[in-house]
Amino acid sequence: MSQMDLPPYATLGQRLWHYTFKLICGLIFFFLIAPILVIIPLSFNAQDFFTFTPGMLAFDPDAYSLKHYRAFFNSPDWQQALANSIRIAPSATILSVVLGTLAAVGLSQDHVPFRRTIMAILISPMIVPLIISAAGMYFFYARIGLQGTYLGVVLAHAALGIPFVIITVTATLVGFDRSLTRASASLGAGPLRTFFKVQMPLILPGVISGGLFAFITSFDEVVVVLFVGSANQKTLPWQMFIGLREQISPTILAVATVLVAVSILLLTAVELLRRRSERLRGLSPG
Amino acid sequence: MTEATRTGPMLAADGTPLKRSLQRALRAQKLRALMLIAPLLAFILVTFVAPIADMLFRSVENQIVSDTLPRTAQAIRGWDHNSGEPPGDDVLAAFTIDMIAAVERKQHTRLGTRLNYEQNGLSSLFRKTGRGVADIGETYRDQFAALDPAWKDAGIWANLFADPSWRADHDAWEAARAAARTAGRPFAEPVPAFRLNDDLADVLPETADAYLDFARAVQGNRNGDPAARAPWPPVYLALYRDLTAIGVGRIATLDAEAQALLDPAHYAVRSFERADLAAIYRDIDRAWGQPTVWATIQTFSPAYTPGYFLTAVDLKQTPDGIVSQPADQKIYIMLFQRTLVMSLAIMAACVLLGYPIAFLLANLPLRTSNLLLILVLLPFWTSLLVRTSAWKVLLQQQGVINDILVWIGIVDNAGRLILINNQTGTIIAMTHILLPFMILPLYSVMKTIPPSYVRAAKSLGATNWTAFWRVYFPQSVPGIGAGCILVFILAIGYYITPELVGGTSGTFISNRIAYHISSSLNWGLAAALGTILLAVVLALYWTYDRLVGIDKVNLG
Repeated sequence: MSQMDLPPYATLGQRLWHYTFKLICGLIFFFLIAPILVIIPLSFNAQDFFTFTPGMLAFDPDAYSLKHYRAFFNSPDWQQALANSIRIAPSATILSVVLGTLAAVGLSQDHVPFRRTIMAILISPMIVPLIISAAGMYFFYARIGLQGTYLGVVLAHAALGIPFVIITVTATLVGFDRSLTRASASLGAGPLRTFFKVQMPLILPGVISGGLFAFITSFDEVVVVLFVGSANQKTLPWQMFIGLREQISPTILAVATVLVAVSILLLTAVELLRRRSERLRGLSPG
Repeated sequence: MTEATRTGPMLAADGTPLKRSLQRALRAQKLRALMLIAPLLAFILVTFVAPIADMLFRSVENQIVSDTLPRTAQAIRGWDHNSGEPPGDDVLAAFTIDMIAAVERKQHTRLGTRLNYEQNGLSSLFRKTGRGVADIGETYRDQFAALDPAWKDAGIWANLFADPSWRADHDAWEAARAAARTAGRPFAEPVPAFRLNDDLADVLPETADAYLDFARAVQGNRNGDPAARAPWPPVYLALYRDLTAIGVGRIATLDAEAQALLDPAHYAVRSFERADLAAIYRDIDRAWGQPTVWATIQTFSPAYTPGYFLTAVDLKQTPDGIVSQPADQKIYIMLFQRTLVMSLAIMAACVLLGYPIAFLLANLPLRTSNLLLILVLLPFWTSLLVRTSAWKVLLQQQGVINDILVWIGIVDNAGRLILINNQTGTIIAMTHILLPFMILPLYSVMKTIPPSYVRAAKSLGATNWTAFWRVYFPQSVPGIGAGCILVFILAIGYYITPELVGGTSGTFISNRIAYHISSSLNWGLAAALGTILLAVVLALYWTYDRLVGIDKVNLG
């Protein structure tokens, strides 16, 4: 019996509280999820309004249209932003995954001097407020000529994504059975072969989900790219931010819906990987 | 028993003492681990830590005054700003040379902008003075020229002041350039930088110093030749000052050519008509006649200043010490307070909304809770801008929430609520955005609380409330602590959401930092504000690390 089930002997007051509690939780879930879901139907609005028109409420097919999506796919501004996002996010992800996985493997060894300090430094990009990272990077990258370049944005985004890779890969390595690498070494495999043939397949779910976190960090990031990038490097979030700040156009809702679809995909992928990784480590399947 | 009775160290298979052999193995292991970490550590140090260090440096750095006005910064040190008088001729002459050099490099406006942060009106004053300063010294130029037309000859000046070896280098360079041009080859050799004649610099220090700046400025302008342009009029001012200051014997140490030129001038300057520098500057702008402007220059001439930090806490550095800003300019303490209060409000709202959800998730069967967890993780994974734009759309006066409220009849159509572009908008949207960061740590702590404790309490006669409050709640406090610190850290540094839904009353300190970086260009102040914010965040980060361990952040 779960904790949340009502025992048959519950008093009226207990019953009342039980259902009130469930109602409260329902409302909070509604608060969490409704704002995201509500923009999906609004993005199909045939008019340039940000609310449901009477036609939409009556499910009149004429009140719905794809015109905001057409606007998104036909606007050179949005297309350039999309292209930049697709260019920058994967490069930053690869960089953070490669460096982050190596370091996580190093950090999981037994005798690492200054482990706590190193960990604190590597995690710091996640903790330092973005506006401060952005300000510092703007000043510093301008000094060394990286401000307003693709390379600068990619490096900045890779730095922001690294803590996520470190955290997820370290978490996978906690359950890693070290005797496997020893067995591999005793059978004559070199360190590289052991890493790629034994360790890597087992920590792969953690690496991939770390990579997905790094990807979404870069893909959603706007503060740093606003400062480190220039108009040539504008990404989807940049374009959305400018759109929201200046003249808000309903195209943004269409873009937002596309992005929600992307995040649902990524979330599903991460959940599947997490369950697979728990199964591999012999933990209970979630 | 032989093993135990044997004396001496234990040996490894190869005969080395076991202790050393083990140590060597351990060292190799440590080294391997560090080698794996090193690339990332180097990467983070360059791309992330160095920029932060640069920002910290910028918050105190103030080299612009001493770089742009080096002579003035030196000369004004001895001046007493309480004397009620502007500084004397020495400072004014130094300032004139500094200014003309700065105007040639187009740096005086930047300096004006910098000093304008400390005293309003200095930006326009420096622009205005930059236009007038080139004429100072013209009276002397004309008098020297009347004495000997050679003084107007650019080539003679260059011959007099240049080191002979520089002249030779320069001629060789010009020949090489001409040869390259006729051959049609590209030519990128840098021009040999102007070098002073040391003997002359000994005798006429101010003039040589001013002429060096002039020559370098001419060279800086498309590799020009100083011998092709007559010096700035302020250089004649320096010459006049040098010649009136030295005795006859000094000129006698120079070569004959220089003596022939300088001796008559040395005699003549005593009868020259003097230019009243103080009056000239008063004519350019009355402000130069007051000690205040000079005092500001004096106060901010050191290379490092606490000025930006003082401004960031509504104080002000003046020549007479640190005072509080005028009431209408006190905004930063208020902004810090607002940031703290609103972050606390958001944190409290997150606890209130997050606790029931985490409790529900932790106590439901795993299958159901995993399904419901998706409702928490979806917002977590959804783009921040998507969520912000959703709130922007929902909270508008003509938006969905107001429409529903009007439709239900809670508010009148004319009395639609203003939910956006104020603090309400920021708090609602940020609570929504940060709620998953509260739920996830709470949930992971609550999952570990054994249900048997609550059952035991109930079986011992506790009511539901007592069992919860006395037994369950204390065990969930670490989760609340972790969630609160996480939400608070994220909230006080937020930029995007307050910028988009906060209007003017709902913005945070980070919006001010962004404003100073991109609009007002007061980078020093932005860096100081950022440093203060960073210190607060790092203190909280350290607490969080102590409390939870930073590598144990649960990402769902």
